[in-house]
Amino acid sequence: MEQMLLNISSTLPDVSGYVFPNEYVLQWELLIVVYPYLTGLVAGAFILASLERVFKVSVLRPIYRLSLLTALSFMLIAPLPLLAHLGHPERSIEMFLTPHSSSAMAMFGFIYAWYLMVVLLLEIWFDYRKDFIIWAQEASGLKRLMYRVLALGTKDISKGAIDFDEKAGKFITILGIPSAFLLHGYVGFIFGSIKANPWWSSVLMPIVFLFSAIVSGIALVLLIYMISTMFRWKKMNMACVNKLAEFLFYAIIVDFSLELLDFIHRLYESEESIDILSEMISSRLFMSLIVSQIIIGTLVPAVALAFGRFGGFYSEMRRMLFFVAAILVQVGIFSTRWNVVIGGQLFSKSMRGLTVYKVEVFGMEGLLMTILFLVVPFVLLYFMIKIMPPWMDEGLEDIKLDKSNGVTSPPTTA
Amino acid sequence: MKSSEIKREQQVEQTPEIPSDATTETTPTMPRRQFLTGLIRKATAATVFLGSGGLWKSLFAQETNKYNPEDHDYAMAIDIDKCIGCGRCVDACKKENEVPQDAMHFRTWVERYVIPSEGETLVDSPNGGMDGFPEIDEDVDILRTFFVPKLCNHCANPPCVQVCPVGATFVSPDGVVLVDEDYCVGCRYCIQACPYGARYLHPEKHVAEKCTLCYHRITKGLVPACVEVCPTKARIFGEVGKKASPLRRFLRFKDISVLKPWLNTEPKVFYGGADGEVT
Repeated sequence: MEQMLLNISSTLPDVSGYVFPNEYVLQWELLIVVYPYLTGLVAGAFILASLERVFKVSVLRPIYRLSLLTALSFMLIAPLPLLAHLGHPERSIEMFLTPHSSSAMAMFGFIYAWYLMVVLLLEIWFDYRKDFIIWAQEASGLKRLMYRVLALGTKDISKGAIDFDEKAGKFITILGIPSAFLLHGYVGFIFGSIKANPWWSSVLMPIVFLFSAIVSGIALVLLIYMISTMFRWKKMNMACVNKLAEFLFYAIIVDFSLELLDFIHRLYESEESIDILSEMISSRLFMSLIVSQIIIGTLVPAVALAFGRFGGFYSEMRRMLFFVAAILVQVGIFSTRWNVVIGGQLFSKSMRGLTVYKVEVFGMEGLLMTILFLVVPFVLLYFMIKIMPPWMDEGLEDIKLDKSNGVTSPPTTA
Repeated sequence: MKSSEIKREQQVEQTPEIPSDATTETTPTMPRRQFLTGLIRKATAATVFLGSGGLWKSLFAQETNKYNPEDHDYAMAIDIDKCIGCGRCVDACKKENEVPQDAMHFRTWVERYVIPSEGETLVDSPNGGMDGFPEIDEDVDILRTFFVPKLCNHCANPPCVQVCPVGATFVSPDGVVLVDEDYCVGCRYCIQACPYGARYLHPEKHVAEKCTLCYHRITKGLVPACVEVCPTKARIFGEVGKKASPLRRFLRFKDISVLKPWLNTEPKVFYGGADGEVT
């Protein structure tokens, strides 16, 4: 008997305490970590774009179109990890054909379709329509045909038509803000509405998801703007970068406050799950929650951004601080998604034990697949930028290459 | 109505014509012996034919007794005091329902609670309790210990059914929570939503599975496999609404509790004599 029990335990994960037998293996793995991460970036990038359009933060004009294209490229990839994770991806169409009205997940298809088709694509189209027509006139051959197709055959660039584009674009953006909230708030609701899981079940979950989405979206656009400007040998619009960093800082503060509130609330209520959750945080999630999410991903970038924005440094130093902060924020938000998705499955619903999760390298839910899903949106974005240049650098001078001193960048004030 | 059934009815209707045929053959010129022989033959044939008609009728009668799920409201009760932790139920369930034969997939399993005089309660379920339980360390001063069989609670308000994006999991009219394996997309949201850890993803079929109360058996008037094999009658299967059901008697005379009642899932697996420690 003992030998037999030993054999059984050797095939099982290294659990501690008592875990229900069906809970040894995690059901939602790395791909489900990637999914809310990607949709968060979409929602965040879109909300950033709407700041310029609706809230008239004109200093953000250089990144307006870039934000929209970023949102689109990540949006197109966002459902793929979900699809890849399904046991029967070929049946996924049933979610559209016979959706179960009481299921939060069944609404995914409709919210996704609404956001992609009605919000993102329409807004981008109205914004680029004039350019498509002009580019079609300037180009020849296949390229001309491509722009004509993208313009959907329209040729009117009279003032009245352009004004209409502007109005329509603005209207869609206004519609898009609640839609972006819905897109990511809904992802939070998928987790927050599971009453069986005390780690997930929180009314704050959609709100926390939303603000973390804004944080990750701003940080991503900031990174893409900095890197792309560097490769285009253009001078960075420091006013824009400063504003981005400022918004990023505020968003981090709000996001962190909300998460802190959630944490304190749980601790103070001290429900039956508190013991096992505390054990999980201090053991299994210590690195990803305390170190990666809170210290590296939130506190350090918040301090860096505060110093960079309000510390009176030279722009070179600022850019460096913002760049590092934006990268750390990405690490932090990915950790946040990890801690929600994986953390919610590491403890047993018996509230008496913890299981373990080891990331596979290969396979459908492995590390390589995850990296692929994280890289493909950037490749997509690269091609989109090539076809539809989003740059709006009127009045910006190119960086002049001084052969004796290397690249020079005149100091810019905020 | 099926075409074969229509034919059967036609055959039944045709039978009265037989005597008329017999009448036409009784001509005055026929000798008495031949007449009598013929009469006996025809009568025998008619009897057989009519008899066979009766047989069809009895078959039809069976059809009207067809299983009607609306007439039932199944549930299960567990008598904690009777469970000896032998694990026969776990084994029977695995065999009956082709549950993967590993230590990570169970439709039912048995837990052992060991409550020491001091310190935390210890719970274990090695291989779902299928092979029994190892000896308890002699140094532990045990206050009390007991076994708890677990299975899907067939909740009347099931969170798993609520979250299924395609409606592949549902409550049947006879009160059993089932999964349509030809429809399940394998998203595993139901597994996350179940507070009792009663569901798993089948490693080969890639669909969610769980206890069906042996639906293929109970609809034929049999009891679930786990109930069938339990040597101590610790599992009581029956119907909530029927006075003659053994379940009803159990619910009447025992102190009953359900698991995690605060989640408002309204479980239909009732525990008799379960400790407050049981989650």
